[in-house]
Amino acid sequence: MNGIINLLTAAIRAGIPLLFGTTGEIITEKSGNMNLGVEGMMWLGAFFGFYAGLHTDSLILALLCAFAAGLGGALIYAVLTVSLRANQTVAGLALTIFGTAFANFFGLRMIADNGGFLPKLSPRLTGILADKPIPLLGKIPYIGKLLFSHNILVYLGIGIAVLAFLYMNKTRAGLRMRAVGEAPATADAAGINVTLTKYIHILLGGGVCGLGGAYLSLAFFGGQWQNACVDGQGWIAVALVIFANWNPVKAILGTLLFGMFEVIRFRVDWLNIPPAFCDMLPYVITTLILVIASIRRSRERRQPQGCGNNYFREDR
Amino acid sequence: MLTDFFSRFHIVKKTNSAGTNPLLLSFLSLVAALIIGGLFILCLGKNPFAVYGVIIEGAFKIARTGAYVFKTIGYAIPLVITSIAVSIAFKMKFWNIGAEGQMIAGAILASYFALFQSQMPHWLLLLVMVLAGAVGGGLLGTIPAFFKCKFDTNETLFTLMLNYIALSVITYLKDGPWSETPGFPGIAKFADNARLDIVGGVHIGWIFTVLLVVAAFIYMRYTKHGYEISVIGDSINTARYAGMNVNRVILRTMFISGALCGIAGMIQVSGIEHTLGESVAGGRGFTAIIIAWLSRLNPFVCVLFSMLFATLQQGCSGSALLKLGLSPYVADILQGIILFVILAFDFFTQYKIVCRGRKNA
Repeated sequence: MNGIINLLTAAIRAGIPLLFGTTGEIITEKSGNMNLGVEGMMWLGAFFGFYAGLHTDSLILALLCAFAAGLGGALIYAVLTVSLRANQTVAGLALTIFGTAFANFFGLRMIADNGGFLPKLSPRLTGILADKPIPLLGKIPYIGKLLFSHNILVYLGIGIAVLAFLYMNKTRAGLRMRAVGEAPATADAAGINVTLTKYIHILLGGGVCGLGGAYLSLAFFGGQWQNACVDGQGWIAVALVIFANWNPVKAILGTLLFGMFEVIRFRVDWLNIPPAFCDMLPYVITTLILVIASIRRSRERRQPQGCGNNYFREDR
Repeated sequence: MLTDFFSRFHIVKKTNSAGTNPLLLSFLSLVAALIIGGLFILCLGKNPFAVYGVIIEGAFKIARTGAYVFKTIGYAIPLVITSIAVSIAFKMKFWNIGAEGQMIAGAILASYFALFQSQMPHWLLLLVMVLAGAVGGGLLGTIPAFFKCKFDTNETLFTLMLNYIALSVITYLKDGPWSETPGFPGIAKFADNARLDIVGGVHIGWIFTVLLVVAAFIYMRYTKHGYEISVIGDSINTARYAGMNVNRVILRTMFISGALCGIAGMIQVSGIEHTLGESVAGGRGFTAIIIAWLSRLNPFVCVLFSMLFATLQQGCSGSALLKLGLSPYVADILQGIILFVILAFDFFTQYKIVCRGRKNA
C-alpha cells in the first residue's frame, strides 16, 4: 500500500508541469488557435521564473515573471497569427525554436556567471517550494500523503485547471470564447470581438504555459537550474490536450496517468518493461484516442472547429 | 480617439500579386530579420558584424582540415529533401507535420540493412537501404493518410504524435536489441560498405537532392499527379465532382511525401552520422515545415532557405563563436527571429492596408 501511495505521489509531482502546459493549450485551442509553441513558452517561463527567483528571492515575483515570459512568447504568436494571419503551425514551431534556444542561451550564461556551477535558489525559497504536508489534512493516513503533502505549485496547477474549466463552461465570457473557437464567423456576426477574444486567450494560455516551465525550474529539480529542464514536456502537454478532450478537469486525471508513465520509467526494473516503452505510451494512447474518436465520429471529442484556421472577416 | 484612428485603416486581401514583387519582399524581410538579429547581438554587447562574419566564415571557410562549406551543404541536404517532401503534402492541404518521424522510420529500416546485412555488394546495399528508407517513411506517412481518408482523423495531431512514437523506437533499439555492447545504450558505427560515397567533397546524397529538386518541380507543375494534388488542395469537392479518386491521390501523395522523408533519414544515417541515434532527425523535420512554408512550396526556393538555415547552424557550431562568448544556441535564436520577421512580412504579400480617410471620424 505504501509503495502504491509513493508511486501515485511521485506521479502527481511529475505530472503537474504537464497540467499547466495542457491547461494553457486548452485555453488557446478553445479560442480557435493551435499554438505548437507550448514547449517554447514553457522554456521561457522556466528561465525567467528561475532568473527572477534567483535575484529577487521572491516566489510571487518569480511566478509573475514566468507568467509574463510565457505571455510574451504568446504575444509574438498572437500578433503573427491573429493580426498578421500567418500560418498557425509554422508560427508555433518558430516560437518553440526561439523559446528553447533563448532559455538555453541565457541559461548557459547564468551558469557561466555563477562560475560554472549550476545556480541554486536560496534555501529560504527552496524551503517555501519544498513538498510539505498541510497541517491537519496532511496527517490523514494515506490520503494525507497522496493529496495534501505537495509543494504549493501543485495546488496552483490544479486550481488553475479547475478555474479554467469553470470559466469556459459556466461563464458568459467562456461561452463567447468557445463560440469564437468553434465558429468565428458566427461569433463575429453575433457581435463578439473575435480579434480581442483570441488575443486575450492566447495570451492567458501562454502565461499558464510559462508557469508550467517555472514549476520545472523552481520546484521539480529542487531549485537548481538544469539545462534540460523542460526537455519535451511541452510536446507531451500538447498530446495531453487531446487525451483530456479539451477539458481542463479531465486533464488533471490525464496528468496523473502521464506522470505515472514518467515515474515508472525510472522504476521499471521490477516490471521488466523497456524504458523506451514508457516514453512511447503517452503518445500511443493519445493517438488511439484520436483515432477512436474519429471512428465514432464523436462530435464531443474533437478539436474546436475553427482551430488551425485564421479568421478573416472578408473571407466569409 | 484611438479606436477611431484604427478604424480608418482597413485590411483588404490582394486580388493578385500585382504591386509589390514577392521576391523583393522576401529579400527585404530577410534584411529586416538580419537587422533585428543584429540588434539582439548588440544587446548582448557584441559587434553584430563580427558575429555575422564569424558565422559566414564558419559556414563557408575552406580550411586545410577540410572545407566547412561541404559540411554546410551536408547539413542542408536533408532539409532540402524533407522540405520538398512536406511541400508536396502541403500543396494538397494535408498538414503533414510528421517529417521528423518519417525521417526516423526511414533511418531505422535503412539501418537494419546497414547493421545486419552489410555483406551485400556496396551499390546493392545502398540501393536496398534507400528502398528500405523510402518504405519506412512512406508507410509511416500513409497511416495518418489512411485514417484521414477513412475517418477524417485530424492529420496534424496524428502525424505529430507519430514523431514521438518513432523517436522512442530508436531509444528502444539503442537500449536493447541493437545495442553494441549489451547493457550500454548505443548502436555500432556502420561498416564502410554501408556508408555513402563522397563525390566532390560531399556525400553522394547531393546528386540525389539536385535531381529531386528538378523532378519535384516538374512533378508538381507539369504532371497529372501534380495537377490532382493542387485541385484537391484548392477544393476537395471540386476534385470529387471532377471524378478524381480523392482517397487514392491522398494516400499516394502521402506515401511519396513520407518516402522522401525516409530517404532523407537514410541519407542522414548513411552519409553523415554513420550510426543510428536519437539525433538523426534532430528537429530537421520541423525546420523543413518552416522552410516549405517560407518557400511557398517551391522546390528551388526550398534550396535557398535550406542553405540559409544550414549556414546559421553550421556557422554557429564552430569554436570561433565560443571564443566570442556566445553559445551555439545563438543559431536557433537568430533562426527564430528570422522566422518571426518573415512570417510578419508575409502579411504584406497577401493583404494590403487601405486608409479610408476621415469621413467617419
